[in-house]
Amino acid sequence: MFSNPLIYFVVIPLVMLAGLAICRSIGQIRAVAVTGSLALTALSIWLLVDYLGLRAAGADAPMLYCGSWSWFEPLNIHLAVGVDGISIAMLILSSIILLTGSFASWKIEPNTKDFFLWLILLSTGVFGFFISIDLFTMFMFYEVALIPMYLLIGVWGSGNKNYSAMKLTLMLMGGSAFLMLGLIGIFYHSAPEGMPLTWNLLEIRANESISEGWQYFLFPMTFVGFGVLGAMFPFHTWSPDGHASAPTAVSMLHAGVLMKLGGYGCFRVAIYLMPQAANELAWIFLILTGISVVYGAFSACVQTDLKYINAYSSVSHCGLVLFAILMLNTTAMTGAIMQMLSHGLMTALFFALIGMIYGRTHTRDIRLMGGLMKIMPYLAVCYVIAGFASLGLPGLSGFVAEMTIFIGSFQHADMFHRVFTIVACCSIVITAVYILRVVGKLLFGPVQDEHHLQLTDATWWERVSTVTLIVSVAAIGCFPNFFADLIKFTFSPSIFAVIGQ
Amino acid sequence: MDYSQFLIMKQEIGLLAVFLIVFLADTFLPRREQGSIGVISCIFFAAFTVLGFVPGVVGEGMAFSDMYEATWPVINIKNILNVGVLIVMIQALRWADQDMVRIRRGEFYELLLVTLLGMYLMISARHFLLFVIGLETASLPLAAMVAFDKHRYESREAAVKYILTAVFSSAIFMMGISYVYALSGSLYFYDIAIAVWSESHSALLLCALAFVIAGIGFKLSLVPFHLWTADVYQGAPTPVTSYLSVISKGAAAFAFLAVLWQAFGTVYPQAWEWMLYALIILTITVGNLFAIRQKNMKRFLAFSSISQAGYIMLGIIAFNPMGMAALMFYVLVYIFSNLAAFGVIGAIENASGKVWMDDYKGLYRTNPRLAFTMMLAMFSLAGIPPFAGFFSKFFIFTGAIAQGTVAIYVLVLIALINTIISLYYYLLVVKAMFISQDDCVIAPFRSACSERFALWVCVAGILLLGVVSFVYNTLLEGTMYSF
Repeated sequence: MFSNPLIYFVVIPLVMLAGLAICRSIGQIRAVAVTGSLALTALSIWLLVDYLGLRAAGADAPMLYCGSWSWFEPLNIHLAVGVDGISIAMLILSSIILLTGSFASWKIEPNTKDFFLWLILLSTGVFGFFISIDLFTMFMFYEVALIPMYLLIGVWGSGNKNYSAMKLTLMLMGGSAFLMLGLIGIFYHSAPEGMPLTWNLLEIRANESISEGWQYFLFPMTFVGFGVLGAMFPFHTWSPDGHASAPTAVSMLHAGVLMKLGGYGCFRVAIYLMPQAANELAWIFLILTGISVVYGAFSACVQTDLKYINAYSSVSHCGLVLFAILMLNTTAMTGAIMQMLSHGLMTALFFALIGMIYGRTHTRDIRLMGGLMKIMPYLAVCYVIAGFASLGLPGLSGFVAEMTIFIGSFQHADMFHRVFTIVACCSIVITAVYILRVVGKLLFGPVQDEHHLQLTDATWWERVSTVTLIVSVAAIGCFPNFFADLIKFTFSPSIFAVIGQ
Repeated sequence: MDYSQFLIMKQEIGLLAVFLIVFLADTFLPRREQGSIGVISCIFFAAFTVLGFVPGVVGEGMAFSDMYEATWPVINIKNILNVGVLIVMIQALRWADQDMVRIRRGEFYELLLVTLLGMYLMISARHFLLFVIGLETASLPLAAMVAFDKHRYESREAAVKYILTAVFSSAIFMMGISYVYALSGSLYFYDIAIAVWSESHSALLLCALAFVIAGIGFKLSLVPFHLWTADVYQGAPTPVTSYLSVISKGAAAFAFLAVLWQAFGTVYPQAWEWMLYALIILTITVGNLFAIRQKNMKRFLAFSSISQAGYIMLGIIAFNPMGMAALMFYVLVYIFSNLAAFGVIGAIENASGKVWMDDYKGLYRTNPRLAFTMMLAMFSLAGIPPFAGFFSKFFIFTGAIAQGTVAIYVLVLIALINTIISLYYYLLVVKAMFISQDDCVIAPFRSACSERFALWVCVAGILLLGVVSFVYNTLLEGTMYSF
């Protein structure tokens, strides 16, 4: 079991939890958090290199590093792991954000130890989710990632935190209620008559035994279940409140990684296992996600709280991820994965910066701030870079992702897809409006409050956090082909053959 | 008569032996040695519990012209209940040492063991007369236990409510049995099963079923037969409440399963499936909605346990070995989770007399371990992984959906949506303990050794029962084998 490298994505966080439990001082806590997340980052980068090596050597199984250990034998539940390019991209994203998040919460108060315990428990769920290919284990890790959120927001959050924490938890668990029903339903149709039922994704895919009638029932269940976490309209309302109230590292992890769980799950479970229904029902969800994209962007324009602006912007960008997935072709899908990476990093950068600014000015209201470029030039420059990435400036990650998505979705020649692509494209312009509005007001306007003049610029741990994220954003922007290749191989033998495109 | 048949009832005989030891100790120990009665009962009961798990000690078989049956699931549900009773007994040690209770503590343990014997008979009965004997043996001493704090008005009131409901429900139940007798001319489960085979829609059968289900429904506090629950739980002493909510409920659930499957299994889809559907939906939903508004922790857990009973019923409606195994596993997990919650409530009540949810505000700062245990219990009851409650919920849903009808999908969906409502009120407790900033009214205190031990056992159960797959695998394999 321990010869499989993937298992360490769960083992390392568990060791970190044990380490944190015996920590006595804040120095030790930081050491454990940073060492652990560095180890995870190193492991994911090693995995990337090794994976590309294996693929180059001709490995053509849909998933590599597969391992399966029996857990609940009579029900055929296994602890099954395996990764492809998409999972690896998500693992890298998660580990980078966990690392930068640990730096961003260098000074978290009170109960630092508890904070990190819950944060690491959350990331155990996230990592476990991305490596699992067994539906039961996957779902279990998914729920493990949801519940620490309640305490993280409730105890360390700000603003209307009780309300937001409860709303977020209940809405996400509501999604997972549909999801659980969908998954159990899939289990009972996972194999043809007479063969043992299975929870394993790859086996279910290979069996192709879910009849079209059942697909029409199970596809919406699972898609909506994951879609709630992917902030699909009209189930997105937890996101702005939740993000706005959460402490910095939690906002980063949540917007950066957790919302990706939704998109990843929609693809990996709903579309991958039930392609026929996906093809038939895509239009319904395309309308909903199209609304997410535009509505999120418009809402962001009128917000005055920095975190709300970003949260609505996340709704818009994550909506674009689901939108692209539903286009059901390779180009758009590649774009979707790149958008997940890009949005994850960029929004984490945003939330980190907002946390840093808030920690200094004690307000997030853009009407009460101004001229930060003069006061804290380093943070201000980072904010501008993040903004550019968000509105899609070439050379940064947002451009390549959105470009690929729109090229992919424009490949559909019918009126319906064309119209929705054009509508979704408009969101780029609206994004520019709200990003430039904030940048202009917050960074370049006159200084609103003279107390702000005494504020200091970024400390070293904040610089580590931001520089790492900016470098990653720029890396995707400058070497998109590398990521496109990583992801592309995943699709060629994949589901699009079934759908026939 | 062949007296060797008694040897098949090893568990009942063992329990009687423990009862006799406690009774003799209570009678003959000098006054100053009386303090050890609680410990003596716990030790002997623990030995009895452990013996039950040793393979080969308790054998399967039928006795008394098949009135009594011990199969693998029956033996093991009794073992599971034993574990719960043991924890309750340990948790009660501190409470039984109080001034007003001290002098009567022997009685408490004796009554407890007698009710357990009644539940054993209910579970093993394959004849309605034995079942009724078990039912009465389990109910009447419980009323005495509810009234144990006889100086407290609420306790007396709760006892009156309990005994009236118990008698009323027995009457209804026996009415149902008389109808069944009219139908089949026999009170043996298998005779009834054969007789009702062709009777799928007769009005008499439906009446009989309705009365039988209502009678046991009172014991299980299914809605609409739940009205006694909250008052009794609130009024009874905390150890008795925890006993009522887990052991009594677990035993009744399994007995219910035995009656419905074995006596009425042949008329399953036509006759009682729809009654149970309605009961489950009502029980889960009403229990949850009422729990939201509760401010007293014991009342709160009363409504929570009503809705949990609804989930347990899903194992019965499954009508397959998976459902039976899931039901047993659910009861086991529920024992650990609910006893952890009641253990914390009891510890706090003994130390400070506080039982209101508002008193728990800020508990994490003054008593972090108790707060943490309570949180685990709440998460487990709500079904959050990686705690045991998640697994038991998942398996009971999986067992139910095996039927594959549209109706069962709808039922499970309703149950799942209810888990969100339940999560809301379980989180209210967590919120009070961890998030609320008010000054805590409960000063830091150190709970008694026995209480801590019981809580450690519960926490270990919550953390391990799900993740360690051995327990569920054994249960499922054992049930499938004996089905």
